[in-house]
Amino acid sequence: MTDSQTGVGSAKKYSVSELLTNPNEVDLKTLLLLPAMAFMTALFLGGVIMFVSGVDFTNIAFSYRALLVGSVGSVFALSETLVAAAPLIIAGLSVAIGFRSGLFNIGAEGQILTGGMAALAVGFSFPELSIWVHLPLSLLAGAIVGAVWGGIAGWLRAVTGAHEVISTIMLNFIALRLVDFSLKTDFFQKTGRNDPISKSVLDSALLPDLLTWIDPQLRVNAGILIAFLVVFLIGWLLFRTTIGFEFRAVGANPDAARYAGIRIGWTFTATMAVAGALGGLTGGVQVLGVLERASPGFSSGIGFEAIAVALLGRAHPTGVLFAGLLFGALEAGGRQMQVDTNVGIDLITIIQSLVIVFVAAPILIKSLYPFAFREHAK
Amino acid sequence: MKYGMLYGALTALPLIFASATAQAQDFKACQVTDTGGIDDKGFNETAWKGAERAGEALGAEVKFLESQAETDYQPNIGSFIDEGCDVIVTVGFLLGDATATAAAANPDVDFTIVDFAYSPTIDNVIGQVFNTQEAAFLAGYLAAGMSETGTVGTFGGINIPPVTVFMDGFVWGVEWYNAARSASVQVLGWDPDSQEGLFTNNFESLDDGRTFAQNLFDENADIVMPVAGPVGLGAAALADELGTDQLKIIGVDADQFFTDPEKQHVYLTSVLKRMDATVFNAIELSQSGNFEGGVIVGTLANDGVGLAPFHDFDSAVPARLSGEIAALQNGIINGSIVPGQ
Repeated sequence: MTDSQTGVGSAKKYSVSELLTNPNEVDLKTLLLLPAMAFMTALFLGGVIMFVSGVDFTNIAFSYRALLVGSVGSVFALSETLVAAAPLIIAGLSVAIGFRSGLFNIGAEGQILTGGMAALAVGFSFPELSIWVHLPLSLLAGAIVGAVWGGIAGWLRAVTGAHEVISTIMLNFIALRLVDFSLKTDFFQKTGRNDPISKSVLDSALLPDLLTWIDPQLRVNAGILIAFLVVFLIGWLLFRTTIGFEFRAVGANPDAARYAGIRIGWTFTATMAVAGALGGLTGGVQVLGVLERASPGFSSGIGFEAIAVALLGRAHPTGVLFAGLLFGALEAGGRQMQVDTNVGIDLITIIQSLVIVFVAAPILIKSLYPFAFREHAK
Repeated sequence: MKYGMLYGALTALPLIFASATAQAQDFKACQVTDTGGIDDKGFNETAWKGAERAGEALGAEVKFLESQAETDYQPNIGSFIDEGCDVIVTVGFLLGDATATAAAANPDVDFTIVDFAYSPTIDNVIGQVFNTQEAAFLAGYLAAGMSETGTVGTFGGINIPPVTVFMDGFVWGVEWYNAARSASVQVLGWDPDSQEGLFTNNFESLDDGRTFAQNLFDENADIVMPVAGPVGLGAAALADELGTDQLKIIGVDADQFFTDPEKQHVYLTSVLKRMDATVFNAIELSQSGNFEGGVIVGTLANDGVGLAPFHDFDSAVPARLSGEIAALQNGIINGSIVPGQ
């Protein structure tokens, strides 16, 4: 690939959708440097916002130090970062794979909820199973139900042309209320409780903790390993299989893809089913690894943060992995910021949002830091 | 630690004072809020007041972490253990499981939880529970007496005992009024027998508070008691717009006349739950080394719960009604009246 093909500084201009659908043709500079610059700019602006809201310089410095210490400064911090990152990575891939086919999956939230409930149901039933059967079975149940939930939106798009943004948002609401309802049924509700809280997952379906032999406070569980595995699998699916090629072809140019004999409708449904399976798996990982039971709205916005993760990771599995780790670090570090300096957790949300704004506006970042993106004549 | 020593060195001359300060500075009391947030003008804020008071009166270092979702409970508690907190205050029934787990794993740390009593008790946990129905009973009686439409309403955040105990007492108070005055005031939103009623299913959405109050108002209720933390502020906003001749609000947890000063005129009264006192007590016990696992129960008799003054409505409440309420209060304190029986 020559530099002129990257479009930086040349006559060719990037559009965001182009970056999203063809990131495999974007060089490392754009994949890593741009988000890094966006992140630094967001941190700087976050500092400005803190200053304006009455935090003095020492405390701003302390806050960012706490952010660093709280995310990577100790084994405990790293463990918390990984716990927060695992669901973000898997759900981020769910959104990313949609982007690849030109679909905007806003429905990860609903897929997490329905998949999580399915994983939970299998997880608290069947007391006699061994962990080698019970845990995979629970995760599989989550992925399958998530796939169905996501597939509905893809199928509606394929058959009726209903836009997936609308249908996935609506499916989110339905899932949210379905969880509220289910948690009050005898099957799900914890015995002896009046409030909507579910039975607990049996030990044989819990994702094993990885580091509790060092310190029982370390919550990192096998969910992060599943996340790594899924990153690899989705990379393989997208770039090494025919299905993945079809996904990308439809995303790049549906008309050309149809002309080439790809069944667009089927691809939409399949993409959303895979995205839904990943969403459902996220729900399973949360319920079986972190929560161990379900309560109303247990997805707690992961499905929406996942959109940001997918955007930041430019819908590339490796990019999503790093974006998920970064967002996980922000979450864990944000907690430490609050402990050390009483700077509200809301500021972290502002910084995350600023990162996304800057990543979505590559031209802006490039014009802010022309030196970093300058082309070198060969 | 380094800063503590530096601080000690700087204040080395008045030696006794310095060592006292250093010792006090070493004691950390840390509070994990529920999802309503530290500034919810009620539940979490009241509990935090207790911690702040401990900070001033006992010289303890106080910190808080806001839970934004139920997924935050465990990591927030974990952060405070990592931080080396001496006593961790968890605010809310929903933190019950997370607190018990953390307490079992960290026997050296003292815990105290608002609105949860463990049975059997845990050695390093003090549970704080409240006979809120006693105070809510008085509020129900007052509401029944003040209602012009003959209908009052209530709604809750989540169907958990510390919420529904308010609603129980409120309904019983109205029923007591109906029996005493041969009236037929209706209560919407809660049935103490079936334990079912109106719930927003969250402790965050002010919009929900507004909608639920509007629904009750549409059903003729002119006094509403929202038991849902900051959600109730949405109901107060509606009452502010409609005017207090149309809709009055009964606050909960704190005296919302003071905590919500912009809308203070809409609060007929508030059902007080003095978590600030019990939180302060627990922190004090932990600092003095007299901490023992068990339960603190707040009642009308020990001022753990109570009915706030009527403030702006003082002149509007008939003397006969306020007299009866005072008599009921005495009856509950001396045990001759038991709400719900």
